[in-house]
Amino acid sequence: MTAFRQSVEAMIPALRRYARALARDADIADDLVQDTLVRALRSERLFLGGDVRSWLYTILTNLNKNRRRSLARRPQFMPLLDNNPDASGTEAEGRDIARALSTLVEEQRSVLLLVMLEGLSYREVADIQGVPIGTVMSRLARARAHVKASLEGERTALRRVK
Amino acid sequence: MTDPHIPVTEDELHAYVDNELPAERRGDVEAWLAAHPDDAARVRSWRTMAEALHVRYDGIVDEAVPRRLEIERLVRQPRKWFYGAIAATLAAFIVGGGVGWMARGAAAAPSALQSFTTDALDAHRLYVVEVRHPVEVPGSERAHLQAWLTKRCGWLVRAPELTAAGLKLVGGRLLPGATGPASFMMYESASGERFTIYTAKSEAEATQMRFSSEGKESALFWADRGVAYVVVSSVGDRGRLTQIAQSVYDQMEKTGG
Repeated sequence: MTAFRQSVEAMIPALRRYARALARDADIADDLVQDTLVRALRSERLFLGGDVRSWLYTILTNLNKNRRRSLARRPQFMPLLDNNPDASGTEAEGRDIARALSTLVEEQRSVLLLVMLEGLSYREVADIQGVPIGTVMSRLARARAHVKASLEGERTALRRVK
Repeated sequence: MTDPHIPVTEDELHAYVDNELPAERRGDVEAWLAAHPDDAARVRSWRTMAEALHVRYDGIVDEAVPRRLEIERLVRQPRKWFYGAIAATLAAFIVGGGVGWMARGAAAAPSALQSFTTDALDAHRLYVVEVRHPVEVPGSERAHLQAWLTKRCGWLVRAPELTAAGLKLVGGRLLPGATGPASFMMYESASGERFTIYTAKSEAEATQMRFSSEGKESALFWADRGVAYVVVSSVGDRGRLTQIAQSVYDQMEKTGG
């Protein structure tokens, strides 16, 4: 296996994590990863050095954007309550964070995940999204404020119910 | 050393949490946080958020990578996406089964493929009613039939094995087509229902599987590696036609070159 392919392969687990958080649905997430890999492997000869990691995140981010654009024309159905009252601790928290993420607009979710989950630098995220660093920072700030409000709102609502 | 009295901005708080802050400013921010409990609480909430994200999603990193994402597989079979497209079409066909979807498939069909389908439907109607001479080479001479049609057509012609679907090869014949020779093979079930498989040279390298119907006959057709395939039935059972077409597609995928 070429060094290029090895470095692509090494990224698969992280790409799956990012895709799952980005797209929520496990099958859609793996479809995104597969399409990303196919594209990357197809352009192996076009890849002239640089950071394979950032490049793969860029492909996946763009594919997801295109996917959502084509989905936008269809009606969306979101579960109003997938809340299991028996769940507690980290499991319930995990669902909360997933739901909070789903309320973010696409670019904000992507920035938040790339920085907080995947540990990329502001510079790298700016390159991935093709925007200035200032835009990355304002998206990140808005995303954090939104997720925080969403998590806190949920907890207060739950407390009130109890 | 920056001036510790310059107020810390929100951007700096984010940069601090994300390790993007210049080292010399970190001490200032820490001093600021000690004096500003609201900001300290916000910074804490961001850290908790990051932990929740890792708790929720890090498990995926340790999962076994699904086989369809293995590099070796993707390199060896770069056409897997096409199979996926076919499978998705079939799924839509089976699940939907709706007239709307089928009408859409037929309307969107490339005209070249559409004409193959017309030829295939004509051949089907012409020969399926034939009792004594439906084929030129009988199914008992399968190897000869395949070799002969492959030689005359110029692509690999295989008579798929459809016994699992209850179909026996009746035989095949060579036909004149719009783009040159075409192969035609007929299958029959114990109850006498007949299916035919028509192949001809296609300009389209590969297309999705589509559905078309004309009178009593219905057809599923697609192109793969420059060969157009049309599977025709008069039975009117779309699920059955889909099952046969899927089986033909799978076998072509495996043996075709």
